[in-house]
Amino acid sequence: MQSPETQTISAVRKLQEWDAQSVAQVIESRGETTIVLSREHLFPVAQFLATEPSLKFSFLSDIATVDRFPLEPRFEVNYQLLSIDLAQRLRLKVKLSGADPVLPSVFSIWPTADWHERENFDLFGIRFEGHPNLRRIVLPDEWEGHPLRKDYPTEGFR
Amino acid sequence: MSGPHSPTMTIETATGASPSMVLNMGPQHPSTHGVLRVVLELDGEIVMKADPQIGYLHTGIEKSCESKTYSQVITLTDRIDYLAPLSNNLGFCLAAEKLIGLEVPKRAQYIRVLLTELTRITSHLVWLGTHAIDLGAMSVFLYSFREREEIMKIYEYVSGQRMMTSYFRIGGLALEPPPGWLDRVARVVDSMPGHIDEYETLLTKNRIWLARTKDVGYLSAADAIALGASGPLLRASGVPYDIRKVFPYSSYDEFDFNVQTQTAGDCYARYQVRVAEMRESVKIVKQAMEKIPSEGPFRAEAPGIIPPSREEMKTSIEGLIYHFKIFTEGFAPPPGEVYQAIESPRGEMGVFMASDGSPKPYRVHFRTPSFVNLQTLRKLCEGRLIADVVACIGTTDIVLGEVDR
Repeated sequence: MQSPETQTISAVRKLQEWDAQSVAQVIESRGETTIVLSREHLFPVAQFLATEPSLKFSFLSDIATVDRFPLEPRFEVNYQLLSIDLAQRLRLKVKLSGADPVLPSVFSIWPTADWHERENFDLFGIRFEGHPNLRRIVLPDEWEGHPLRKDYPTEGFR
Repeated sequence: MSGPHSPTMTIETATGASPSMVLNMGPQHPSTHGVLRVVLELDGEIVMKADPQIGYLHTGIEKSCESKTYSQVITLTDRIDYLAPLSNNLGFCLAAEKLIGLEVPKRAQYIRVLLTELTRITSHLVWLGTHAIDLGAMSVFLYSFREREEIMKIYEYVSGQRMMTSYFRIGGLALEPPPGWLDRVARVVDSMPGHIDEYETLLTKNRIWLARTKDVGYLSAADAIALGASGPLLRASGVPYDIRKVFPYSSYDEFDFNVQTQTAGDCYARYQVRVAEMRESVKIVKQAMEKIPSEGPFRAEAPGIIPPSREEMKTSIEGLIYHFKIFTEGFAPPPGEVYQAIESPRGEMGVFMASDGSPKPYRVHFRTPSFVNLQTLRKLCEGRLIADVVACIGTTDIVLGEVDR
């Protein structure tokens, strides 16, 4: 059903050939490929994947955070990339500590990241450095806390 | 711009000290299709900048999912995009099935295809009717809602609900479809192409319609991809990306249909794409009607995950135990993460799901097409007249429940 795994692996190999240091881990699970990166490598890797003519991951589908509280590193930010030309999906995963949840913004690579990053800032408190307009998106500006964090009760603070 | 926690909402202006005017459109405005608020910066009647403000319908669905079992979440997915509940049901169920590694019987897959294609037709009908009303063509609404009602009756007949169907369940369907349901479907889809012709006679060559939609709200293919637009919005800009073709799910690869594209990238092109998609959906529904076997399982065989039949629950001790376990604590998929996308009427509806091995999803995220497509509004409106903003909002086909979740 998914694109053949060998194809996605070739994207991973191309990335490793370009910069072997950047890929911390590759997870193959349920027909999906996830590349785990450190924060420093996110922006250059994203730029490489989006612009490399043989890959062209020019479509950013989604950014979704998972809060692993109370484990550390606490946050996992997942970027769902899509290459329309190759019909492939790829997931980038960056782990962040709870004390310093800061990531470089990928807005300049994929303008669609604008609202995705604002959403993750709003609901998880991840700060995206270099985002042109990082403010809350679905909650009022004066809201306190970040509701999708695991230490935020479902019914809210009373 | 002030800080993220400033007590007042801040609106940046593109022109600085120019004598422009800021106009608030919505959230209570009939053409915003719910509670969308757009802050328009105007120079006379020309829109310099359009800034959509969302969140008025935020209900914290993703947070609620974390305190429900996997099966209970299905009822919430109905409420994300309330004009295409079955598409959302499907996206969520496929993601959960991928997480568990469950194979759904072919019969259930075909029934799912049939019903989601009917959903595409109803959703496009609502879009067509409301979009035409926004632009002053009243009568199309009356016709399109007439046909929508017939399809809603099919939903009611099959699932017991007109709108919040929750009919697709993890592993298959909620119920065996009632006898004679395919006859009702046949009656609707046989008359559908004629009805689509009726809408087209009202609009396709209508001079007012052309004036209001042609060359309005232009979106280039490069901009559409950069802004993450999907669905008819992307295809009307000439990118033939349809998840049903590119990453087939639920046996879509066995169906014969064409991906509808246009190259003009304006409101009229998007109108053409959606109308053509309704015709393609009719084709798919007809094929599905032939494919669906009259008998066979409507859900997978997976003890402990799929509830046993009533008969089994009453007569076997295993059935009784599984029934009790599933309905008291649910089932626990193995730990892991999946991303599953489907082609909803509005575009790429993705479900990102993380399991920690407990009976409740650790995290569910809905990548909803309306949320992402709405980002293109700024691009569509800038430099156009105020009246075109209405056409541009209509043409992105947003559902605010899906934008805000």
